[in-house]
Amino acid sequence: MVGITSYGAYIPRYRINRNTIYSAMGWLNPATLMPGEKAVANCDEDNISMAVAASLDCLNGLEREKIEGLYLATTTSPYRERQAAGIVATALDLRPEIRTADFTDSIKAGTTALLAACDAIKGGSAKRVIACAADSRLGKAGSAQEEIYGDGAAALLLGDSGVIATLEGSYSVSYDFTDHWRGEEDKFDRTWEDRWIRDVGYTKFIPEAISGLLKKYELSIKDFAKVVYPALYVREHAAIGKGLGADPGQIQQQMLATVGDSGVASPLMMLVAALEDAKPGDKILLASYGNGSDAMFFQVTQEIDKVRDRRGIKGHLALKRELTSYEKYAAFRGTIPIEKGIRGDEIAFTQLSNLWRERRAVLALYGSKCKRCGTPQYPPQRICVRPDCGAIDEMEDYRFSDKKGHLFTYTGDSLAFSTSPPAIYGMIDFEGGGRYNFDLTDCDLDSIKVGMPVEMSFRRKYADPARGIYGYFWKAVPVQA
Amino acid sequence: MAEGIKDKVAIIGMGCTKFGESWDKSYEDLIVDAFKECIEDAGIEKKDIPAAWFASCFDEVFAGKAGTPLSTTLKLPFLPVTRVENFCASGTEALRGAAYAVASGVYDIALALGVEKLKDTGYGGLPDFGSVMGTKNRLITPNMTAPGAFAMMATRYFSVYNLSPEEGKRMLARISSKSHHNGTLNPKAHLRREVTVEQIMNAPIVAWPLGLFDCCGVSDGGAAAIVTRADMAKKFRPDPVYVKSLQIALSSGEEIGYTDFDYAHVETGYRAGQRAYREAGITNPREEISMAELHDCFSITECVTYEDLQFSARGRAREDIESGRFDLDGPQPVQPDGGLKCFGHPIAASGLRMIYEMYKQLQGKAGPRQIKNPKLALTHNMGGMPALNLIGVCIVGL
Repeated sequence: MVGITSYGAYIPRYRINRNTIYSAMGWLNPATLMPGEKAVANCDEDNISMAVAASLDCLNGLEREKIEGLYLATTTSPYRERQAAGIVATALDLRPEIRTADFTDSIKAGTTALLAACDAIKGGSAKRVIACAADSRLGKAGSAQEEIYGDGAAALLLGDSGVIATLEGSYSVSYDFTDHWRGEEDKFDRTWEDRWIRDVGYTKFIPEAISGLLKKYELSIKDFAKVVYPALYVREHAAIGKGLGADPGQIQQQMLATVGDSGVASPLMMLVAALEDAKPGDKILLASYGNGSDAMFFQVTQEIDKVRDRRGIKGHLALKRELTSYEKYAAFRGTIPIEKGIRGDEIAFTQLSNLWRERRAVLALYGSKCKRCGTPQYPPQRICVRPDCGAIDEMEDYRFSDKKGHLFTYTGDSLAFSTSPPAIYGMIDFEGGGRYNFDLTDCDLDSIKVGMPVEMSFRRKYADPARGIYGYFWKAVPVQA
Repeated sequence: MAEGIKDKVAIIGMGCTKFGESWDKSYEDLIVDAFKECIEDAGIEKKDIPAAWFASCFDEVFAGKAGTPLSTTLKLPFLPVTRVENFCASGTEALRGAAYAVASGVYDIALALGVEKLKDTGYGGLPDFGSVMGTKNRLITPNMTAPGAFAMMATRYFSVYNLSPEEGKRMLARISSKSHHNGTLNPKAHLRREVTVEQIMNAPIVAWPLGLFDCCGVSDGGAAAIVTRADMAKKFRPDPVYVKSLQIALSSGEEIGYTDFDYAHVETGYRAGQRAYREAGITNPREEISMAELHDCFSITECVTYEDLQFSARGRAREDIESGRFDLDGPQPVQPDGGLKCFGHPIAASGLRMIYEMYKQLQGKAGPRQIKNPKLALTHNMGGMPALNLIGVCIVGL
């Protein structure tokens, strides 16, 4: 029995009301107005950081050393060559003896990664594989894509024991359908006419894959508790379901008005939302879109009740802060150049041999713990920092990324470079010991105070676009009550 | 048993440039200006100097590394010149090197000179810590600035002593206002105008809770000292100033890495002070130290230093600030020259600039700022940030 053993999701804290975008750019293209809001990655978030966040939600309390593979689906990696899955696996503190791969170049890559992970387990080459998907796609100012695209991530752990939803079957179709594309030098998607994409793309490929699956396994659409698939528009989404003979109650609602179209992550985020509401015995049908479609169906088991404590879609939807400025949104995404000043422009070359040597300290937030006195310390030390101990070379590795902490002191620094000034940083004391200075993110200066609880979040620490290098590290996020 | 430095070395000459945004002066000009005043004051010539210690901090952006910027600018005839750098306390380090060399008997005379040309860096404020703390640091430490690092100490001080932001900022404003007043009396100061407590409290925030006037200025400057053996000093002048103590203390790592440090004081300041008092034979610094120049890079630094050096009891600085204890006409004047607050902080020059003021005050040559009958003077020169730093303390007297 192979299938999903855990799930997690991530939606960035910031949301922008589409009216805010329309108020700024609607003059250019009055037909772009869409209802609701969309999720916006903070200026220190990208596909990699969001994939880590969703995967941490998925791995909550599970043994990370037993994971044997990580597949990351994304179309928005900052690197053309440097595997994003490798960065995510290091941040998650997975062991090095695993298989990692990026699935990319099509927004159906999320389901393809999911299928590949299931195939690896079915084929006996791994027992536990994470499939995660994250995208943060850009639309040009004033484009429909700018209104539609939102940011988000989902992660699913696949395995052959403790399965909460077994994979019962799949059916895929693949077409070289050039509805949107990004060339080698393109920062933004280019698209063909949206009516063609709607009528010849979504409303053909998704039904084709779903019908093919129903026929292959001799099932009826009525057999499913939930049918999960993406679409670009609300009416089109309903029409696809109706065309398949599904009742409105069977159709998993999209998150277009809350998150937006999150590319590769969309179908997996919707699947996580469906699992949050699923009961044992439910059948769930999932279909993706993008150069064809992958359809898969799952059978929910009794084990589902053991993974109810994920933050998931519901939890992340509830944690939100409105981004009221379109200009700030555009600056976060880098679509308008901002004055960085000499502090923002001066970036030394990242010493990659140093980063490699320190990769566990930097990317997985490993420090050390003194075996003699028990004091955790960061960054890793050879000589114990506790003044009345001072033991030499009696350290063991100690992971801080999953430790809660509290804010010992802080400032909001208007002089330091930040894309979202003031730069808020402070000293964090960890539960169980250990202290270091960290940036704070996803918060306002007015809302933080000494002593408040924080948790750690993997973020982009700096960008060195001139050399094509993006640095990642952990930041502290105030825990929402 | 180590004897320490007390009364082994005397300062017989000092020089200090005007501090400020010296757009028309190079670092070489600042070196020459400080040096000229210094040897004229000592009544010696260049040929009398056998060795020198040169302090500069942001070497990459102006003077370059090594001792050669000093040796070539001053045309020192193939002398031994050592460059020292210990963050913002580099100036005190130059004096320490020169004083130790003389105390050891290797040289009879030595020159200490510190210079910094900050206004060629292109930064308002100092370059980020990321550029001076090493590349690994940049991978794991926030883009901290000096105001931000010290602001965290203000946040903590307010929290530990239960001060509202209004109360805390008012206390700090009183410190800066006092120094601005002293600066008006000093022609060598960069900033020379009175600033009221209300102006300070209402100034734009640089790093919460510190505002513009809680931060010292940024300027160019140089300062120099000639030291000699104590037993020779009176051959040069009737009023040499004797070194009573020279101590530094560096962070052990526990402040930033172990959870005992309260971040409402500077541990190295306390430790360096204790050592300095022991070396100088001082048991009651609140009564025995006549005056001081403290490293007021930020108002909060001066506040906690009152306590670290035991001018005030722990947590009681506010009472002393408000009673005017540290005013120019108070019982224990601090920053009589206007401090970093009014001079700005050309990094490697500041430590020697502080000693310059103490030297002039002890000789009775401080003009309108003259403090009555000072006996023992202290300088406190800090480099780094509250949780990772070093502090040099120097005590001089007649």
